[in-house]
Amino acid sequence: MLAIQTEDFDASKEYEALRKDANNAGAIVSFVGLVRDTEQKLKAMVLEHYPGMTESAIEEIVDSAKQSWQIDEPRIIHRVGELKAGDQIVFVGVSSTHRGDAYQACEYIMDQLKTRATLWKKEVTEDGEKWLDSKSSDIERAQRWNKIFNN
Amino acid sequence: MSVKILFFGRLAESVGIRQTEISIEGNDTAVASIQQQLINQHPSLDDPSIRIALNQTLVNGDLNVSDGDELAFFPPVSGG
Repeated sequence: MLAIQTEDFDASKEYEALRKDANNAGAIVSFVGLVRDTEQKLKAMVLEHYPGMTESAIEEIVDSAKQSWQIDEPRIIHRVGELKAGDQIVFVGVSSTHRGDAYQACEYIMDQLKTRATLWKKEVTEDGEKWLDSKSSDIERAQRWNKIFNN
Repeated sequence: MSVKILFFGRLAESVGIRQTEISIEGNDTAVASIQQQLINQHPSLDDPSIRIALNQTLVNGDLNVSDGDELAFFPPVSGG
């Protein structure tokens, strides 16, 4: 399940849906990303995306996760539009027979999503508006999976 | 022939439009040539970090466009 939506989501309902759909799973791992306000100046975080390409990029990430780990169909929600500090931005939930696969696949999907899905964030603060650049730490986190796979 | 051009993120703001249509006369249909044509009109597009997607797939400048294609220009992504 993949949804790009403006509406908020209920993480407990997503968890229940994962549990219901799980195929004899022994583990569910989920991640929720929140809007941070590091300088206490945030009025809004605006997220925009490239409809169609965002979905296909995330589907590709899910396909590669399924090839690497034994997981069921993940549930992924990414919000777009105007958000406030503390709001939920993203949900990634993965169920698997084994916890190791669920942990790793969830982290992999999130790391890849941050560097491959066509989404962009703009911070609106008291000082004005600023588009956020991709962070080198996010790129490094995504690239380290290449090393893990190649070893 | 005609190609749909899209801009996202800070590029949409610096260029001042999100979407436009351009006509291509002649045989030069390379993505790089279209990019140069757009840079001439909007100097802010002269930025090596810009990504280009042809029909929603990331490409470099070597590919050629066809009539009705969708060509998108955007900065590195920052979702999640």
